[in-house]
Amino acid sequence: MSRLQTVLAALAAAVSLVGLVLALLAGDAPLPVLCTLLAGSLTAVRLRFAWSIWADGAVMVLSAVAILMALPAYDSEPLFFWLALVACWAFAWLFVERLSQAIRQRQVSGKIFGLIIPLIFGLALLFIWEVVTRGANVPQVLLPAPSQIWARLIDSVPTLVADFQQTFLKAVLAGYAMGCGAGFIVAIIVDRSPFLKRGLLPIGNFVSALPIIGIAPIMVMWFGFDWQSKAAVVVAMTFFPMLINTVAGLNQSSSIERDLMRTYAAGYSQTLLKLRLPAAAPFIFNALKINSTLALIGAIVAEFFGTPIVGMGFRISTEVGKLNIDLVWAEIAVAAVAGSVFYGVIALIERAVTFWHPSVRGGRA
Amino acid sequence: MTELAPPSPDAMAVVRAQNLGLTFPTNDGDVIALSDVNLTINKGEFVSFIGPSGCGKTTFLRTIADLEQPTSGTLTVNGTTPSDARLNRAYGYVFQAPALYPWRTIAQNVALPLEIMALTDKAERIARTLELVNLTGFENKYPWQLSGGMQQRASIARALSFDADLLLMDEPFGALDEIVRDHLNSELLKLWARTRKTIAFVTHSIPEAVYLSTKIVVMSPRPGRVTDIIESDLPAERPLDIRETPEFLRLAARVRDGLRAGHSYEE
Repeated sequence: MSRLQTVLAALAAAVSLVGLVLALLAGDAPLPVLCTLLAGSLTAVRLRFAWSIWADGAVMVLSAVAILMALPAYDSEPLFFWLALVACWAFAWLFVERLSQAIRQRQVSGKIFGLIIPLIFGLALLFIWEVVTRGANVPQVLLPAPSQIWARLIDSVPTLVADFQQTFLKAVLAGYAMGCGAGFIVAIIVDRSPFLKRGLLPIGNFVSALPIIGIAPIMVMWFGFDWQSKAAVVVAMTFFPMLINTVAGLNQSSSIERDLMRTYAAGYSQTLLKLRLPAAAPFIFNALKINSTLALIGAIVAEFFGTPIVGMGFRISTEVGKLNIDLVWAEIAVAAVAGSVFYGVIALIERAVTFWHPSVRGGRA
Repeated sequence: MTELAPPSPDAMAVVRAQNLGLTFPTNDGDVIALSDVNLTINKGEFVSFIGPSGCGKTTFLRTIADLEQPTSGTLTVNGTTPSDARLNRAYGYVFQAPALYPWRTIAQNVALPLEIMALTDKAERIARTLELVNLTGFENKYPWQLSGGMQQRASIARALSFDADLLLMDEPFGALDEIVRDHLNSELLKLWARTRKTIAFVTHSIPEAVYLSTKIVVMSPRPGRVTDIIESDLPAERPLDIRETPEFLRLAARVRDGLRAGHSYEE
């Protein structure tokens, strides 16, 4: 075992043992917590005997379940409860640490084991969030527990779906398509003409420097309260990254590659389609990925400045005022998932289109 | 006999340079890349350009290809200006690097000029030229899946695919190791014998120049100029071991003398 693993194992066993003593002294400790603290203390036998990775994993799962079962038992949780939480966290860390070492040393193989580690990380985060907010009676206004957020999310599915349609399917997608499309087309025009390059690039730069909270109310004046004004904000946000990335990408082909086209007496559009655009693809996809997250942020923030009574940004701003923080968190969860999926889809398309690029195929340039 | 029935000089001449000069303006003053170059490349010849770096051999090749513009003198390619020759797709150019497009397979790379020139029977041309360079079976590989030598052969196939009569090659084997280079040299000679193309070949290897050429143009730098033009008397049939014969060594010595004469040791 590495030094870190030794420290973690010692910490987990010691904390379990102290927690066990405290729980026995308290007398009214729930049975599952007692069992799991006992099991945690017993892992000290690893000093003499081999203790498998999976045994650590089992202790981790057992203690997590026991802690969740004991959660509603007290108004304010006693010390041994928090010691059980610390022990559980130490076992989780130890398990992940040992598993990643085993994967590195090829003692276990397969993609599933590689997925277990981030999964445990995410679940552990949610678990600690849940236990701390409920165990320490954190006011719901400050931070609701994940279970509360989930319950609220399930309760409010129709509202969330309507908001998602309004903000994501209308404002974000329309604005994203128009902003990226315009940035792409202007980039090609700018690339063709040095005169426009000097004129249009500074304007693009200028537009991107405008603060979103400044242009959002103006867009509402121009395009009304509905999704069109939000799409306009998204256009303003996504235009510039696309413009500069495409302009840079169009200069990516090497001089030999361009000379080659010249020896074939290829025309401008042939060189553009068969050489410069394919060579620019990695840059264009970079812009598409940056813009996928920018667009969602832009549309949500823009809804703070006047909107019909639907939309993710509208819901967040009004429900905060009503102290319905769990619904705000539910909206945030929807936005986070939608944004990640959007990004993931673009990244998958990128992998398919730029399969030849060294960063994708994992080879030399 | 030539006195009696002189073929019009341009009928045989593929490339004709007269007093050709090219000067690059730079921040440190003008650089004379080519000065007073007089040279004729006839149909079916294999002409090598040899000289130290900076002697203008690549620049001369690029000028033929209309990739650089001469600043003085005249240059004709197939009796027309280099620009018209380029627009007529008169030549295939092989660069120092393969410059295959990584998003295209080998077959698609060879098809690139065919697509641009809107030529027909693509499949037949691809199959024929890939066979010429011994790459049959690699049609669906991507360039980054092949070795450097195979990539350069694919780029030669690409330059041959549209059947231009003139092949311009700029140190095509410069980046390859000796064994691969020997192999490709003898392949290139066979290819030249089969296709009867006119080849202009830039190199800085004396054995390569002597082995391949019917005419060797020795150049020297500062300013870039032609110091010697050597007609090779080696037989057309050239196995690799011809390089140990006295005739070969005599030619190589003459090239070396030419290079030495043109080189100033002052720097």
